[in-house]
Amino acid sequence: MLELRGVSKVYGRALALHPTDLSIARGKTTALIGPSGCGKSTLLRIAVGLVIPTTGTVEFDGEQLGRENIRSIRLRTGYVIQKGGLFPHLTARVNVTLMARHLRWSTKRISERVDELTELVHLPTACLQRYPRQLSGGECQRVSIMRALFLDPDLLLMDEPLGALDPMIRFDLQEELRSICQKLEKTVILVTHDMAEASFFGDSIVLMFSGRIAQHGTMQDLVNRPANDFVKRFMRAQRGLHEWV
Amino acid sequence: MFCRVALILLFFAAHTLVCAAQPVRIATKRFTSNIVLGDIANLWLNQSGIETEHRPQLGDTRFLWEALLAGEIDIYPDYTGTLLRETLVRQELEPFELDSALASYGLRMSAPLGMNDSYILGMKEDRARELDVHTISDLNRYPDLRFGFSTQFMDRSDGWPTLRTTYSMPHTFVRGIDHDLAYVGIESGTIDVMDLYATDAEVEIYNMRPLEDDLGHFPEYQAVFIYRADLATRAPDVPALLDSLREAITVEVMRSLNFRVVEGRESESQVAAAFLSGEFELENPLVLEEVTMWDQLRQHTKEHVILVLFSLAAAILISIPLGIIAAKLPRLGSLILGIVGVIYTIPSLALLVFMIPLLGVGGPPAMVALFLYSLLPIVRNTHAGLIGIPQPLSESADAIGLSPMAKLLKVELPLAAQSIMAGVQTSAVINIGTATLGALIGAGGYGQPILTGIRLSDTGLILQGAVPAALLALVAQGVFSLVERVFIGEGLR
Repeated sequence: MLELRGVSKVYGRALALHPTDLSIARGKTTALIGPSGCGKSTLLRIAVGLVIPTTGTVEFDGEQLGRENIRSIRLRTGYVIQKGGLFPHLTARVNVTLMARHLRWSTKRISERVDELTELVHLPTACLQRYPRQLSGGECQRVSIMRALFLDPDLLLMDEPLGALDPMIRFDLQEELRSICQKLEKTVILVTHDMAEASFFGDSIVLMFSGRIAQHGTMQDLVNRPANDFVKRFMRAQRGLHEWV
Repeated sequence: MFCRVALILLFFAAHTLVCAAQPVRIATKRFTSNIVLGDIANLWLNQSGIETEHRPQLGDTRFLWEALLAGEIDIYPDYTGTLLRETLVRQELEPFELDSALASYGLRMSAPLGMNDSYILGMKEDRARELDVHTISDLNRYPDLRFGFSTQFMDRSDGWPTLRTTYSMPHTFVRGIDHDLAYVGIESGTIDVMDLYATDAEVEIYNMRPLEDDLGHFPEYQAVFIYRADLATRAPDVPALLDSLREAITVEVMRSLNFRVVEGRESESQVAAAFLSGEFELENPLVLEEVTMWDQLRQHTKEHVILVLFSLAAAILISIPLGIIAAKLPRLGSLILGIVGVIYTIPSLALLVFMIPLLGVGGPPAMVALFLYSLLPIVRNTHAGLIGIPQPLSESADAIGLSPMAKLLKVELPLAAQSIMAGVQTSAVINIGTATLGALIGAGGYGQPILTGIRLSDTGLILQGAVPAALLALVAQGVFSLVERVFIGEGLR
């Protein structure tokens, strides 16, 4: 589904990402995890074309990402960020339908899709008429997921989607988000800094450290066959892990 | 062939029409006796059936000279000493050469009107008596005296720079101050010596002692009308009519006319009319339209609002795109911000003078100047509003696939709207205040009563301009908060 070949990123004189290869399988959920500043967000933003890699190529469904196809590929990609990234001057409904209206979908098709997604993410209908500042953090995140899913994308990218939520709400939303992902059978890439969340969601886990992939494998691989010392230490540092394994 | 002849005929017909429609335009400097002279010429020509137009207190000497050369005006009253020692000083002319020098500019000079409206230095009578000062040389005994000279006098080559060397004056406290404000300074005792015109009514009103020019520094300042030579073809009677005022206005007559304006609160045109009917026993007494305060207020409001509306609207239309470009292309952006910033620092008076050769006098140059001053706040705030959009929002707009134009219209401009509106509001308030300077180049507006009020030291008249200008600024604020309610969505409030 997504092939990153030798992508790297240099900011000024700092190397944010070493030349990296990564292959994302169709229909699977991949979790990117690592300490802050490890390059996981850079990698995700390269995948969605927000950051142009210094070297290397990104291939989306067999098509190489470039200036001329970036917009059409974005329409096939959903993107959710921490705190939602909702436009504060638009109501939840307009936020969700902005792109579809820009593409001149019919009113009927739009409202059917809104209804469908409202049900999927369990958003109270009344919330749709509110502005982001009138919504709770959890509601904002649900709206943001609706916006990402609206055009029925093939690939869903999420950058710490639950990072800013209270633990209780976060727990509930984790469950729901996983069931949504499973129901939709989409390819999902999720960035998180929480190993529990990564293993809860991820079919496979990519553990990153200072601009490189330290290990790419299943949870069992990481626990039982750590590729290096860093992986071993990182896994040990995550408490309460046994519950998930 | 036929077509060409028809075209030529049409051109000539249009040409004559335009010429015939053009009234003789008289302008005057910003002090009372010059304005009275302008009104005398205006009524006198008018009386003989010549269509005229008078733009009182249009500007200073340099300003009127430029406007006359540019053909923006046809006549203004000037003084031989000013022409010889200031306007044409580089040519080092003798008095008898003045006529031919003016002719080389396409200008002519009327017969002298009969008064030597010289510069003199003056002190309060009681202060002069106390210090026993009678002549300019006497001032040298008191190096601590404070001088307040009109800004023109400070710079003129016949003014302070040469006066100081002629008399070897040791004084160090020498300040430039508006002529009309200098009287206020003298009265309140913050300055001791000022420059006066020989015909100033204030000499009497403030009880001033003129100091004798014992070393003969000042030349003769014979009052004359300077006019464009082409008037002789456009309005052939004008030169003879102006010459017929030869020697009619002495210093004493002029001072009494000025007195009636400054102290008697009569208008300059009333005084001029009274002088002409007294002096020349006119058969048809001159009828002057009575202008009430409300008529004037209405007129000034109209002029002011038009100045502000046009300049501000143009500034908004240009600045917002400039601000967008500045935000999108950082390198070009710093150039744009630099240029509008530099424009903002040009002194308004200088900017107005630059405009005359290009746009003449009146509304258009004032509007262009106001437009230029209104750019900076809007460009800056548009730029700041766009630059300040949080990165996650900007990235979200890209990530959902909006085109750059859709992103700008649907996301960026609405998010920057509050900042842009604040810029427009700042511009509007600055514009309304600065528009009062439009009166300096004949654009009218609330500056008109303010200028006249300063000249006549009439606080009431100053307030007639200052209060409506302040109210207009408040109204503008109110209008903008309504507009803001429409433009800035509920989600951002």
